[in-house]
Amino acid sequence: MTSSIAKPRTQRLSPSKREAISFYLFILPWLLGFIAFTLGPIVGSLGLSFTRYDMMLAPKFVGIENYQELFGDPLFYTSLWNTVYIVLLAVPLGMITAFSIAMLLNQKVGGMPVYRTAYYIPSIVPAVASAALWMYLLQPQWGVINGILKAVGLPAPGWLASRVWAKPAIILVMLWGSGGTMIIYLAGLQDIPEALYEAADIDGAGRWGKLWNVTLPLMTPTIFFTLIMGIINTFQVFSIIFVLTDGMGGPINSTLVYLVYIYRKAFVSFKMGYTAAMAWVLFVVILILTILQFKTASLWVYYEAEGKPSR
Amino acid sequence: MSTGTSQRVRFLKATKRVTAHLILLIGATFFVLPLLFMLSTSLKASRQSAKFPPELIPNPWIWRNYSDVFIYAPMHRYFVNTLRIVIPSVFGAVIPSSLAAYAFARVRAPGREALFFILLSTMMLPGIVTLIPLYIIFAKIGWVGTLRPLVVPVLAGSPFFIFLLRQFFMTIPTELEDAALIDGCGRFRIWYSIMLPLAKPALATVAVFAFMGAWNDYMGPLIYLGNRDQYTLSLGLQVFVSLHGAEWGMLMAASTMMVLPVIVLFFFAQKNFIQGITMTGIKG
Repeated sequence: MTSSIAKPRTQRLSPSKREAISFYLFILPWLLGFIAFTLGPIVGSLGLSFTRYDMMLAPKFVGIENYQELFGDPLFYTSLWNTVYIVLLAVPLGMITAFSIAMLLNQKVGGMPVYRTAYYIPSIVPAVASAALWMYLLQPQWGVINGILKAVGLPAPGWLASRVWAKPAIILVMLWGSGGTMIIYLAGLQDIPEALYEAADIDGAGRWGKLWNVTLPLMTPTIFFTLIMGIINTFQVFSIIFVLTDGMGGPINSTLVYLVYIYRKAFVSFKMGYTAAMAWVLFVVILILTILQFKTASLWVYYEAEGKPSR
Repeated sequence: MSTGTSQRVRFLKATKRVTAHLILLIGATFFVLPLLFMLSTSLKASRQSAKFPPELIPNPWIWRNYSDVFIYAPMHRYFVNTLRIVIPSVFGAVIPSSLAAYAFARVRAPGREALFFILLSTMMLPGIVTLIPLYIIFAKIGWVGTLRPLVVPVLAGSPFFIFLLRQFFMTIPTELEDAALIDGCGRFRIWYSIMLPLAKPALATVAVFAFMGAWNDYMGPLIYLGNRDQYTLSLGLQVFVSLHGAEWGMLMAASTMMVLPVIVLFFFAQKNFIQGITMTGIKG
């Protein structure tokens, strides 16, 4: 009974002020972390990209020299191309794989939890363990994958030992982990009201008609989300390639992706200003791609007019 | 006539079901077979592991691979080191993140929407942008070569977990809270004694995610940890790959030891896993 309603005059702070203070106290750990570990470093990295710094001598301001050097560096283009190659293949293939499996799992057949687990588990295998495993499976002479390919009469490529096949090998390993996206799609598919399919049945729609006119439009928000995150994450692929190629991005730089190159420049050559510039270039590339996707979303992403309130 | 059609329909349905199972099984094989080979190779003699054509069943069964790993790599130490990162990560995901999440969901203050927008943007920020300056700062204050760069930042809570928990808090009805507020309950008490118990499933989800993230992290330990005494399982396994890459039996035994806890955790927390993943995807 001693609430603020009972005797508001004696309260020194108004309720709204007290709320504001609680709010800022509650978010204080995150806010401090954000300033120290995100905002500060972003600003720092931009500044750093205009300096030459090897961690021994004091940073020296060099203007846009790092950026000039970067755009004249053949390995910069190699690493950017390798990354774009992997993004262009791994992202759509991963989404198609995940979507197909989700469609299969969305049928009314027994044993679904077992199937779902089987498809999902590879996606939680730690990157290093997954790399170790696939080094074994993709061994060109006696590996399991080539064993299967030879058994069905297909050519057996050199995979990680081949300049041409190393990137497809990595994409294959990445596709093995499609289960995470699959679960997202599966949940989306299960949210589609059964009534819509019944209505489509009455209209005489076939299986493809239903997929094209009911399922896909309703799934576009989910597909959009996985596309955005898939591109952001795949541009930063690192661990799996680093372990598979023992930190080299080989053979002959054919799997040297952007982050592996940054790692080499930063922690082998200690060219900190240069790598800060590299990081900023990647940031800008990802930012532009993300903005483009949001801008073009209205052309293909379908949001229900009424329905759940968007948050 | 009508029995004939109904029989045909039943037959068609059965064929459809069998085809569905067949396709699901073939697909599942591609996903599960690699893990079966990991397990089986961990029990093979080195002669058999590189045999062509490959064999799935070990012959003879070499259980020694598992104990041999410990001769070449202090797995127990790697395990303890990993836990020393995993535990703070889980704490950071549950306590500081849920505090901030509750505030973003319920406590009104000027600047809240702007701060929430900033939080959302940081979720999409490529980690590489902050990596180099952070490394320099941590090197300057003498943290490189210790576990601190991997522990201290996670204690601040993570934007992703804050977002996830906020979405959950938004779904909790406000009645209980309003009653508590009228009774003069402070926001901290409400968070602690009303919201946290109600949010148990979401907290479990976030904890599982944090565990996995820290357990699997490779780049962080690679950059910040110094000598072998500090290595985590990820880093230890990678060093093992580069030193003993051709000893497949031992390598697969070490990999199995790293994967097994994750799979066990998955089976115990299956519901929270699935829930967490769907929560991240649905509200795109």
